[in-house]
Amino acid sequence: MEKGTFEIKLGLSEMLKGGVIMDVVNAEHAKIAEEAGAVAVMALERIPADIREAGGVSRMSDPALIKEIQKTVSIPVMAKCRIGHFVEAQILEALGVDFIDESEVLTPADEVNHINKHQFKIPFVCGCRDLAEALRRIGEGAALIRTKGEAGSGNIVEAVRHMRKVVGEIQRLTALRDDELMAVSKKMGAPYELVKKTAELGKLSVPNFAAGGVATPADAALMMQLGAESVFVGSGIFKSNDPQGRARAIVQAVTHYNDPHVLLEVSAGLGEAMKGIEMKDLPEEERLQHRGW
Amino acid sequence: MPKKIGVLALQGDFAKHQAMLRLLKIETVLVKKPGDLHGCEGLIIPGGESTTLTKLIQKCNLYEPIREFTEKHPIMGTCAGAIMVASTVDDQRIEPLQLIDISVARNAYGRQIDSFITHVDVPFLKGSARFKTVFIRAPKIRNVGSQVEVLMELHGNPIMVQESNVLALTFHPELTSDPRIHKYFLEHFLSTQALL
Repeated sequence: MEKGTFEIKLGLSEMLKGGVIMDVVNAEHAKIAEEAGAVAVMALERIPADIREAGGVSRMSDPALIKEIQKTVSIPVMAKCRIGHFVEAQILEALGVDFIDESEVLTPADEVNHINKHQFKIPFVCGCRDLAEALRRIGEGAALIRTKGEAGSGNIVEAVRHMRKVVGEIQRLTALRDDELMAVSKKMGAPYELVKKTAELGKLSVPNFAAGGVATPADAALMMQLGAESVFVGSGIFKSNDPQGRARAIVQAVTHYNDPHVLLEVSAGLGEAMKGIEMKDLPEEERLQHRGW
Repeated sequence: MPKKIGVLALQGDFAKHQAMLRLLKIETVLVKKPGDLHGCEGLIIPGGESTTLTKLIQKCNLYEPIREFTEKHPIMGTCAGAIMVASTVDDQRIEPLQLIDISVARNAYGRQIDSFITHVDVPFLKGSARFKTVFIRAPKIRNVGSQVEVLMELHGNPIMVQESNVLALTFHPELTSDPRIHKYFLEHFLSTQALL
């Protein structure tokens, strides 16, 4: 009997497809998310918009909080660790979380190295802005890739940029001759075997989800139409004035992402979305997406 | 005429089932609305999250249409799909379709860290090699009714069962490259001419 292998990690990523993963900060939120139809929850002390506001060093959440959320819901529970902080990851694995997000939303613990995710028995998800970054993370053992977008911004523009970049770069790879892939791999700074595999498959070798700035059902459906296979929603739900209604609507929007009539129906009467931030009002040094290498 | 099989595509790994059926030269329809069932000769409910599937089956008005569909056509549920076709589930959050007389316990092996792959005998396919069974946060079938036939077992627990035209599996044949179980579903319940 095998456990903790890459194939088993990938199995859970497959089960999360076509779904919505919601950030929650307590058991009550987690319950709302599950009732709305979330496929998983991301347990954290503060949603990204509040992390941004609070400033300071942002770390892994208190395991006691994560434990309470695990007790409350039956769906998978994910939790974030800092980039490169493999001890936080060890703690989360010991806690039995179902997925670890090595996340740029928290303050990085290592400015050179990400975690060697092959050493863990539970799956990891990592963010990316382009294909090279995605392939480096897969090379380190990530079983799921998501766009970074700009967490806590309520602005979809960065997630769109990152998804288009990844999908466009894969398309260009597929047009190359085999003997051109080594040079491309060198230039990209991505493992050759994964460059080759991606060119063959015409897609990433792990599922590709969207995250960072999703605030409306239309945002979620936009990411799906651009090629995302599921959507993470962080601040967008619990920073709106009707979290229940919005959560349910986003779940439906992801299922029916190609059906404008359903999208119309679920978009109506949701009340105010989170306020959001214009990118020009967010200085480069405050953008979370630049964390990770 | 090629056979057309519906794959419930509300959430989960429906694309994996679709890929397996394509390999077997079967036409597939992704079912998201009652009308999508029209013309289908069978339905597969994939793996995913059963709480999510419960919500979406209700929201998409598919509960009764799927039950009616099953009166005439076969249905196969894998993992969360097996939970959805069961008669009872140990969790009030789930409203199963009650298509096969089994009671199911969710996440019965534990969390993701307890997910596993093992190889299991397939006595219903005589002389066939063991099947690679993938269990992801899998349920367990706790009880089976008198009319239910157990097709596969792991450590004495049923993992694949059948009653009339309903098949329930607690593992994921769609996550392997082995089409034998999908083939069984098609051959056993539809005309064998469906296949090559």
